[in-house]
Amino acid sequence: MIKKERHVLIVLPHPDDEAFGISGTIAAYRKMGVPVTYACLTLGEMGRNLGNPQFATRETLPQIRKAELEKACEAMGLDDLRLMGFRDKTLEFEDDEKMVKLVEDLIQESNPSLVISFYPGYSVHPDHEATARAVVRAIRRMDETNRPKLYAVAFANNTEEDLGTPDIIHDIQDTIEQKLAALRAHESQTVWMMKELDEKLAAKDPERMKWVRYERFFSYKWDKDFE
Amino acid sequence: MEIVNQEHVQELLTSFANKDVYIHLETTNGSYASHFKEGFLNAGAFIRNVVIKFELGKIVGDSPHRVGLKLPSGWIYAQGITHYTVDEHDRLLLAGLDHEGKLSVALHISETPFTY
Repeated sequence: MIKKERHVLIVLPHPDDEAFGISGTIAAYRKMGVPVTYACLTLGEMGRNLGNPQFATRETLPQIRKAELEKACEAMGLDDLRLMGFRDKTLEFEDDEKMVKLVEDLIQESNPSLVISFYPGYSVHPDHEATARAVVRAIRRMDETNRPKLYAVAFANNTEEDLGTPDIIHDIQDTIEQKLAALRAHESQTVWMMKELDEKLAAKDPERMKWVRYERFFSYKWDKDFE
Repeated sequence: MEIVNQEHVQELLTSFANKDVYIHLETTNGSYASHFKEGFLNAGAFIRNVVIKFELGKIVGDSPHRVGLKLPSGWIYAQGITHYTVDEHDRLLLAGLDHEGKLSVALHISETPFTY
């Protein structure tokens, strides 16, 4: 059961970060009429896949990924996309305070009841980690009674060992088509994966069906804060 | 991009010699290399929009090629170059792409700055 929210704020560094484990949830909120703001910090300029035959160069990739992201947002029914203009793989080198301020401004403007981002320490990519740290810091500075909930995505190999199992599990059966469309929209990143996924879904592979249908989040554990 | 035509790339490199040019140089294993293979030392380097002037540029070897730029008091080189193109802004883009089309190395040379 996905609870209705006042406003949902999504903060992620790369186009496609939303697609894998959040897009069904986003589509579900939009279906309920919940406003969703998605701040995407970079255009994934450093993506390695240029295709064989090539569909992009290092220099044209950002515009291709921007178009893919817009298409994915359309599939999810998301109409408040913010492109924040940072460069892929550089977030951890930005001034930390500037990153916190960016999240604070987004929170102040959208007044979300729920923020979705990555889990600091358990999100593998340096940009995911830098984003997660900024989000946690911004919310931590708020008065406890005014804080939005924070659902965090974690997928490091030691996640289960350290954090246990996710406490928030969304069954997105009703928006599975939107999710698959969002995944497909990020073609430059997902074309090989989708081929395999389509085959497995057609064969009703139980593991893959579960993977698509259930989106898993951890409520941020403020009693075990990362710093 | 096309498979490197060594003669053509050599001509292009020479055309940028002795001018102020902007450089993009990058090597990468991808950000997930040590996630998929624990213990893997994920190393790489990145520079972008650094202005240099080289006196000699050469492409050497069979594919994957090496490309070296000799500076008045230093060097820039890249290895693993397989593909090239001259884009609509007359920038020379050299790349090392594996069989799946994944980029491992890039060396770009331009007379105008690259985007951010």
